[in-house]
Amino acid sequence: MTGAIFDIVLCLLILAVALAAILGRDLFGSVVFFIVYGLLVALAWTRLGAVDVALAEAAIGAGLTGVLLVGAVARLRRGGVVEPTPPRPLARGAQMGICVLAAGLVGAAIAGLDPDAAGLTATVAQNLEASGVGNPVTAVLLNFRGYDTLLETVVLLVVLIGVWSLAEDRYWGGRPGLRQHAKPGGVLATYGRFLPPLGLLAGVYVVWAGTDQPGGAFQGGTILAAVWLLVAMAGLVDAPPVTARRLRLTIVAGPALFLAVAVAGIFMGGFLHLPPEHAKQLIQTIEAGLALSIAATLALLVAGPPQRGAR
Amino acid sequence: MSIATLFTALMTTGGLIFFIAGSVGMLRFPDQHSRLHAMTKADNLGLGMIVLGAMAQAGGPLVVFKLALIWILAVAASAVTAQTIARATLPGQADPEA
Repeated sequence: MTGAIFDIVLCLLILAVALAAILGRDLFGSVVFFIVYGLLVALAWTRLGAVDVALAEAAIGAGLTGVLLVGAVARLRRGGVVEPTPPRPLARGAQMGICVLAAGLVGAAIAGLDPDAAGLTATVAQNLEASGVGNPVTAVLLNFRGYDTLLETVVLLVVLIGVWSLAEDRYWGGRPGLRQHAKPGGVLATYGRFLPPLGLLAGVYVVWAGTDQPGGAFQGGTILAAVWLLVAMAGLVDAPPVTARRLRLTIVAGPALFLAVAVAGIFMGGFLHLPPEHAKQLIQTIEAGLALSIAATLALLVAGPPQRGAR
Repeated sequence: MSIATLFTALMTTGGLIFFIAGSVGMLRFPDQHSRLHAMTKADNLGLGMIVLGAMAQAGGPLVVFKLALIWILAVAASAVTAQTIARATLPGQADPEA
């Protein structure tokens, strides 16, 4: 009973916060509501027992996307844009119509599902032994449907290239983002030294635990990216120039490793085939490489295109 | 009702009162720095009380340790964000959002 009341209140809160994010007139306020929305949705995923999804939603949906949106608002304000010009009534009506239609179609699809169907749960459970890992989500992401994850990591790489291509010509080869200023010995600089040991431990743990428990490269990589961004904001490190070879290797390492394992699979049964006796080690190697690349890519996405010289 | 349950109920209620007080202060206080003060101080105490209440229900020392860690991290983060926001909104700062 208490659980049901909690769930109903949570659902109402999610709807209210989503409406506030969309209907709000203030751009910054909308972004704040979007972040709160992400955190509440993460809570909802936890209530549904999907801890992997909850972690991803909190770290990427609320945290990273939130930071990107806050950065976008700040950039717009620096450019003198405070609020978007409201669309004309006809355009607004069309937008609302499309949104209602899309929501209706998704709702109809969900309503059409058999509430008692277990989906592929049983199949995954039967084959979990052969996947090499104990967490069924990791088994699906890196073994049974590995190509989805492989393509996702490549998409992330393409997105970063897209962001870099927005650089002005004179700054190409320079460092991403604006120089961060923090008072040496100040609160932020101290925090930038206090948190990283714990943050790195948490990030690495989430990646490592992903094979048998909720976690994985995306969630852990986001934590690692956040640690680096904090240290950068505290003025303790600076982003390397986008042409630095080590930086390029770091962001390509994960997808390249994944692709190499996938290609090597051809000689052992097929593209992306992981032999069960080595599957665990292979998945852990891929996850470690991916975590590194994902962390670097996400941090660089937040840092933005090169905006100053290499020095 | 066992002593642990009673303790949890008392602590959680107390914690919620502080959270409500912090939220009221956030809405009612006149300037940014006062609002920041209400938000960070009262909520940290409220969270601490809720963590203490949850500790009484924890299954073992590891869970108690994790709960304590959550509170310490939340307090540290809130102290730093409070300082950073307060500094950014001081008069004479050119761009509070930068």
